[in-house]
Amino acid sequence: MVHFTAEEKSSITSTWGKVNVEETGGEALGRLLVVYPWTQRFFDSFGNLSSASAILGNPKVKAHGKKVLTSLGDAVKNLDNLKGTFSKLSELHCDKLHVDPENFRLLGNVLIVVLAIHFGKEFTPEIQAAWQKLVAGVATALAHKYH
Amino acid sequence: MSLTKSDKALIATLWSKIATQADSIGTEALERLFASYPQTKTYFPHFDLHSGSAQLRGHGSKVVSAIGDAVKNIDNIEKALSKLSELHAYILRVDPVNFKLLSHSFLVTIAAHFPADFTAEAHAAWDKFLSIVSSVLTEKYR
Repeated sequence: MVHFTAEEKSSITSTWGKVNVEETGGEALGRLLVVYPWTQRFFDSFGNLSSASAILGNPKVKAHGKKVLTSLGDAVKNLDNLKGTFSKLSELHCDKLHVDPENFRLLGNVLIVVLAIHFGKEFTPEIQAAWQKLVAGVATALAHKYH
Repeated sequence: MSLTKSDKALIATLWSKIATQADSIGTEALERLFASYPQTKTYFPHFDLHSGSAQLRGHGSKVVSAIGDAVKNIDNIEKALSKLSELHAYILRVDPVNFKLLSHSFLVTIAAHFPADFTAEAHAAWDKFLSIVSSVLTEKYR
């Protein structure tokens, strides 16, 4: 189980406090679909994904990105119980959505790039490291119920 | 996965900016690597890895310089990095998984330094490029 130090928790929550969940979610999901185009396989119903600008401007991508990132907010509030927090979502991603957990790792890393873009120097190596732990923990929690 | 014309243009444009701060970007990428993935420090038992260390700076500079060589020879990265490829295969033998980690650390560094330039397209191009560089460096492993 991933364990966060007090300093890591504080890094995570203070960054999170400054994140625009709607915009950042859309940006992260959009970039995932642009940088790793094979991830588009899960989003046939989303309409126009034909170019980077189409993807980033796509309202379904934005809405879904917001959903995903809002869920990450639950992780931030429950750093000591990621597996419990994501138990139902894990079952959903396995049984209904059939998403390879590798995609959670890809999205986690793209999110970190987006945070770096937004926060620049403020997103120090130490703060990044705390976030890497978080996204890795969330990816593991989301994969936990797979069978 | 190969680079399109448009990828190459994006890579070259961003490179020209990276080159102006090459050493500090290289150093920062390594700092991020060691902070997020402490296991990567196992390849540097002989280094002082504290922030500001001359060795860290020297090594960061080396890494970015090699990336620059790859950019300048983007149509034949294998040839440009041939010696480095042998070095990694026969002497350094860094486990291939670590190239992804350093590539990610490098992307985060340039995203932090050049937020306006690091568009989704540039991100995609650089991710592809670093993935190709990593393949070249591990090509002779076995």
